[in-house]
Amino acid sequence: MEKYLYVALFAPLVGSLFSLLFTAQKKNVITALVTSGLLLLSFVSSLSLMYAVHSDMIIHVKMMDWISAGNLNLPFGFVVDNVSVVMMVTVTLVSSIVNIYSMGYMMHDKGYNRFFTYISAFVFSMLILVMSDNFIGLFIGWEGVGLCSYLLIGFWYEKDTASWAGNEAFIMNRVADLGMLMGLFLIYWQFGSFEYDVVFAHIGGINPAVVTTIGLLLFIGAMGKSAQFPFHTWLADAMEGPTPVSALIHAATMVTAGVYLIIRASALFSLVPEVGHVIATLGAFVAVFAASMALVNRDLKRIIAYSTLSQLGYMFVAAGLGAYWIALFHLMTHAFFKSLLFLGAGNIMHAMDDELDIKKMGGLFNAMPYTAILMAVASVALCGIYPFAGYFSKDMILAAAFNGGNYYIWAALFIGAGMTAFYSFRLIMMVFFGDKVYKKLGFHPHETYPFVLWTLLPLGILSTIAGFFEHPFEEFTTRLLSKYDFSFSHTTEIGLIFLTLTFVILVVLATIYKYGRGGFSKQIETMPLYILLKNQYFIPKIYETMIFRPYYVLSRFAWKQIDVRIIDFTVDLIAKILYLLGQRSRKMQSGNLSDMLRWMVVGIVVLLALAIFYRPGM
Amino acid sequence: MITLTHYLVLSGILFSIGIVGVLRRKNLLMLFFSTEILLNAVNIGFAAVSKYYGDLSGQIFSFFIIAIAASEVAVGLGLLVLWYKRSGTIDLDSLQMMKG
Repeated sequence: MEKYLYVALFAPLVGSLFSLLFTAQKKNVITALVTSGLLLLSFVSSLSLMYAVHSDMIIHVKMMDWISAGNLNLPFGFVVDNVSVVMMVTVTLVSSIVNIYSMGYMMHDKGYNRFFTYISAFVFSMLILVMSDNFIGLFIGWEGVGLCSYLLIGFWYEKDTASWAGNEAFIMNRVADLGMLMGLFLIYWQFGSFEYDVVFAHIGGINPAVVTTIGLLLFIGAMGKSAQFPFHTWLADAMEGPTPVSALIHAATMVTAGVYLIIRASALFSLVPEVGHVIATLGAFVAVFAASMALVNRDLKRIIAYSTLSQLGYMFVAAGLGAYWIALFHLMTHAFFKSLLFLGAGNIMHAMDDELDIKKMGGLFNAMPYTAILMAVASVALCGIYPFAGYFSKDMILAAAFNGGNYYIWAALFIGAGMTAFYSFRLIMMVFFGDKVYKKLGFHPHETYPFVLWTLLPLGILSTIAGFFEHPFEEFTTRLLSKYDFSFSHTTEIGLIFLTLTFVILVVLATIYKYGRGGFSKQIETMPLYILLKNQYFIPKIYETMIFRPYYVLSRFAWKQIDVRIIDFTVDLIAKILYLLGQRSRKMQSGNLSDMLRWMVVGIVVLLALAIFYRPGM
Repeated sequence: MITLTHYLVLSGILFSIGIVGVLRRKNLLMLFFSTEILLNAVNIGFAAVSKYYGDLSGQIFSFFIIAIAASEVAVGLGLLVLWYKRSGTIDLDSLQMMKG
């Protein structure tokens, strides 16, 4: 089985290195074909690993000793167990689909070969992250995906906004990673090891206050990667990258790494329910906060990005409340329908010459019916309507919130579900139905290549049926993760489901009805609430005035005053003194023999004086 | 009674005279004289110390120096004559062809 593990892990790396050879050349389809083939190979290997894990086998390999210095001993090991294999299958499946999809989407881009290099490098880093058997390997993968995310957000680096967004994502993640790094140091300090097995075996004997600190610090890292408040601004700006990247990295896989970290360290987090409570509360807040910004946004991709944020909030609620397998389940179903939604958005952008304003679309259903159907499926799954995938996972998160007695969290998630239904169908209605605004603006939309649509089909099917694997999934993952028992009666459960489902369906119907008749009037745009939401609660503005500007002033001061006046001055002074000395002593070399003899005598006198007065060791 | 000190003092005085000559004189011939004085000052020192310790290597060394001084003067004077034929002067300051 080890060889499947190595194939699954290294196939993307091979693909990445292969297409790296072509980056300086013109578009070459072979890069796309080879990387797609290797990603599919990785997917197939992950599937066979899943089968092996299913028959109660945990594959744990030590590839090599990595760092051995003093007391520090870090083997480079990988583990495939019930949690990591779920992530592996999800990541490789979505990335294979995205890679094939990109062959159509990036068809005319001049960075064609480079794009596939980055995507495969990303998948490799992500697999390192999920498969590592120690925190350091996880951290390396963590930074690796951050780097690939930076490269891919700034893929069109000649655009100022894109390179700005790339920098923003990278720097924000660095800030959060500091927290994570401190958590890792604390772990090493307490346990003397980074390996999961060692750490989680000894976690009971550690001072609870320290465990709480470790939990909080790790969660700060998770907040950065999963773009939770207050690190959320980078995710919306990351939409500057190519759409397949948004689907793969900023919806399905990388941003869920934070949730994965919490699930992976569940043995740690389940010891400190207070931290879990903080996580769940923040998650619930973000679920509503992000969804509210999606309500009024007009940018196609940003709406979906805020929706991703909101769904990540749901996952954190589940993870924080100790329902780890539910969080993982939602992570998986979300990966399917959210990447489908993004890839559908990519089709629309393709058809509309990269136009993103949904006000300029409308009535696209006739032009691109298959995309419309796929996106509608994804949206229904996102809203959580029976029998689509989101219904099962999301409903269980709501039930878990209710079960824990955290009624305010439940209420927030309930409102969030309503908002989700509203913005999803607002998007569908404004893009695919209503007046054909695009005709006036001179667009000629057309359906994309058929093979692209065919690659989306597996995602569409999974978004529809994945929910029915709830019980096998629970059985499979709870062999490793702790079980989560619902304590309320069956009637309450039915009542909750009925309540949520009715509410969501009512919101959906109301949205369809409202936008079917032309939507809201212009007047709403002058309401203070609308303006607040439209400007994303003014948080980007606040960050700019409170952080960027003072930091800019500070940096400028450091440059003009400290660097130029002190450091540069010192360096220049040394150079000037040496130059002056040279200038002065040049006169020694007059070419006159008696001058030279004079200097020779001076030298002899100096040496003589040294020989007489300087006696080392006396 | 003439002791080692007298010889060494003589050697020192001669050396100083030689140094002053090397520094002050501008005539190349005089420069050679001064160099001879310097070398012979050292010779006196060597011979005196050699006698004092009863070790012959000092005296042998002075022979070497005398031999070297002789060949040096032979080569030097040859060059000096050549220089005089070429430039018509043996002033030290005229030797500035290498000045950068």
